[in-house]
Amino acid sequence: MKASTQAKLWYAQRISAMLLALCVLVHLVTILYAMRGGLSAAEILARTRGNFSFAIFYFVFVLSVVVHAPIGLARIAEEWMQWRGRSLHIALLLVTLLLTVLGLRAVWGVYVG
Amino acid sequence: MVGLSLMRPLKVKIWRGGQQGAFVAYEVPRLASQSVLDVVTYVQRSLDPSLSYRFSCRVGMCGSCAMSVNGVARWTCRTHVAKVTDEARDDVLELAPLSNLPIIKDLTTDMSEFFDKWAKAKGQFTGTLTRDDEFSNVKPDSPERKKVDAAIECIGCGVCYASCDTVSWRPDYLGPAALNRAWSLVNDVRDAAQNDRLKSVAGDSGCHACHTHTTCSERCPKGIEPTAGISGLKRLAARAAIRGELD
Repeated sequence: MKASTQAKLWYAQRISAMLLALCVLVHLVTILYAMRGGLSAAEILARTRGNFSFAIFYFVFVLSVVVHAPIGLARIAEEWMQWRGRSLHIALLLVTLLLTVLGLRAVWGVYVG
Repeated sequence: MVGLSLMRPLKVKIWRGGQQGAFVAYEVPRLASQSVLDVVTYVQRSLDPSLSYRFSCRVGMCGSCAMSVNGVARWTCRTHVAKVTDEARDDVLELAPLSNLPIIKDLTTDMSEFFDKWAKAKGQFTGTLTRDDEFSNVKPDSPERKKVDAAIECIGCGVCYASCDTVSWRPDYLGPAALNRAWSLVNDVRDAAQNDRLKSVAGDSGCHACHTHTTCSERCPKGIEPTAGISGLKRLAARAAIRGELD
């Protein structure tokens, strides 16, 4: 992989980390707030379904995870497992696809049902 | 000065051999204000002349005498024995060659790769002026010059390189010293090879591999903060990559 691509990936991971910091905070605060109010799962879903801002928020959240996680996993594989090169890139592409599908399916479930 | 007879002898363990070897125990008389390098010198001159180690200036200028002292890389000429061992507890002083570098013999490491990486990071100045031109004027209080000042005092001892986890995980990583050198040149307004340098230090074997553990900054005997310079390089190189200047 070219050094310029590596530098761009580093930038992508940094920006996605900033988004994640915000998203995780909002996500946790929302969970705590909903649980303290004693809402059931069905009551929570009744509030999120059809709520466009929830859908947009979790779409951004999933997107940040999809960008951030595979780059971080690549670092772990390279530095701790000495796994590099094409096979690693293919494996990470599969992880990216899996995260995208599972993440967007969850967003769909919260927004549409 | 406290008389020798009143002080317990210092127990020392020194790495003997090459990549394969073992620690050998010695006993050295304690002295007031004794440096770790004094201890090694005593062992070589009075106990075992076959001990190999490197030193030159003995005053913290040349960067030759760095070793692993009780597991921590230090410049031995300016590390007092009393600072790293407690006489009351009868602590052992354990001396090993620097980590992350191949061992030649005993306390001597092969530093070729360490310095080759300085060259790979474009650690040499590229000027544009000839002897017929006027001198460049760089104001001492300009922001660029201040950044250079913060990085320029490196003595090339290898303490940061030996302390860096990223170097041990990723042997092609240029390391803190080479990147610190690149950073001092990136801020040199007279240098004409800036883009080439950013290309050399960008990516997974360069600045972007740094995990910001800051061990290099913590252990640098000269108080330099390579981590800060590496962060600067990361930003500049990533921006240049986005603009397509690194292709």
